[in-house]
Amino acid sequence: MPLLSCQNLSLGYDGIEIVKNLSFDVNSCDYLCIVGENGSGKTTLMKTLLGLQSPMGGRVITGDGLMQNEIGYLPQQTIVQRDFPASVWEVVLSGCQGHSGLRPFYNKAEKKLAKENIEKMGLSGLEKRCYRELSGGQQQRVLLARALCATKKILLLDEPVSGLDPRVTAEMYALIEELNRKEGITIIMISHDISAAVRYASHILHMGDTEFFGTKAEYIDSDIGKSFAKGGRIL
Amino acid sequence: MTEIFSKIALYFSFPFVWYALIVGVLIAFCSSLLGVTLVLKRFSFIGDGLSHVAFGAIAIASVLKLTNNMPLVLLITTLCAVLLLRTGRNVKIKGDAAVAMISVGALAVGYLLMNIFSTSGNLSGDVCSTLFGSTSIITLTQTDVWLCAVLSVVVTLVFIIFYNKIFAVTFDESFAQTTGTRANLYNLLIAVTIAVVIVLAMNLVGSLLISALVIFPALSAMRIFKSFKSVTICAAVFAVVCSLLGILISIIAGTPVGSTIVAVDIVAFLVFRAVGLLRERRS
Repeated sequence: MPLLSCQNLSLGYDGIEIVKNLSFDVNSCDYLCIVGENGSGKTTLMKTLLGLQSPMGGRVITGDGLMQNEIGYLPQQTIVQRDFPASVWEVVLSGCQGHSGLRPFYNKAEKKLAKENIEKMGLSGLEKRCYRELSGGQQQRVLLARALCATKKILLLDEPVSGLDPRVTAEMYALIEELNRKEGITIIMISHDISAAVRYASHILHMGDTEFFGTKAEYIDSDIGKSFAKGGRIL
Repeated sequence: MTEIFSKIALYFSFPFVWYALIVGVLIAFCSSLLGVTLVLKRFSFIGDGLSHVAFGAIAIASVLKLTNNMPLVLLITTLCAVLLLRTGRNVKIKGDAAVAMISVGALAVGYLLMNIFSTSGNLSGDVCSTLFGSTSIITLTQTDVWLCAVLSVVVTLVFIIFYNKIFAVTFDESFAQTTGTRANLYNLLIAVTIAVVIVLAMNLVGSLLISALVIFPALSAMRIFKSFKSVTICAAVFAVVCSLLGILISIIAGTPVGSTIVAVDIVAFLVFRAVGLLRERRS
């Protein structure tokens, strides 16, 4: 049974439909890249998968024992966060919030999980540092550690490398790949970077006028993939 | 110096001075707790807006000749707080504009009502004390003090119990929502609590100066401290110390309580800012 299954999804907002009849499955350990032009509904799809927005039609089914609150999310940075006084430790620990229910404070297991994820993301020693004083790459790793506190199964990443320099971008991609390969975490990533998508992903969903869903090999062979491989742009 | 001390000693033999001191410190403490969240959520002006709403509500209560206007004021202010903090996607008028609109609207309607249906001979005095809280703090009764104490304890408990959730919702609402935290519920909670605090604070500093109690502690603490917890604790201490100082100075110098507290806040903010800048330069 697939981890996430989208069936005949119609997406949009304010009563305007921007995506029609979208169906695809995401299986455990897949690495799915969602590519497409601006305005093609990538972010709306992401919000729907996260349960922040309900679809206009169709449905999203979670399977394989995945609960709705077990989806880890790496959002794009908001303005609020840029001058937010919060330590790395506080931010990462807040990822455990979903599991603590109505219990007011975090327990030992949650603190241990946060510590492990801080180490995993190579942030040891930075726990007491202020989030806003970190570099862009470090901030993304903090948010990734937070997302890992919320999930052991699936991560949704919304343009995780936007605003990062090339070296840090490569590190970030390597880190995500490692999570996918070694930890078996399913990845769904929105990206503008088609070359990276083709390089790292196992499956590709192309949104826009022409829709495509399939494995990376199928994408490269398809018309739409070819036009991108040639460096052409789709209008 | 001894003269000042004997003056203070004399004043403290009156219960109403004690009441003022207790209520002042409690209110400053509660507003500072919520202030951190409001400043970070870009809702600094909400205190101002809501206090104007409370002013309008008081005017309505006095027109209706209610002897105890607290329940009505609390109800109207809470409703407006909920409306303002509602972060739905379908809101046509956004954040700052909505606050500005409601705040001046309530102020105008309140003043108008007071003018038309005025029952007292000293209208401008009434309006002035509602706006700047100059006299009401020394006319507090024992019931007012108890009410204030109980509500302060409730606000503090709510803040402590939901501290981690308030942090999560303030830092990243959509992430909190995806992990199953009911962000809307906590936004509502924050809205209701801030409304309660503001109605309480009307007695102390009057409706024009409440924002000062909400934003100065938080902004000052953020100059120096780097984590949410330390900022919150520092803001609370800052608020308590400044309001104590402000009330004492106002007793000695005979100045209006509300504006004295705010003046102390401003001075303390400048000190914190200077310390923050010095620290940055050193590192």
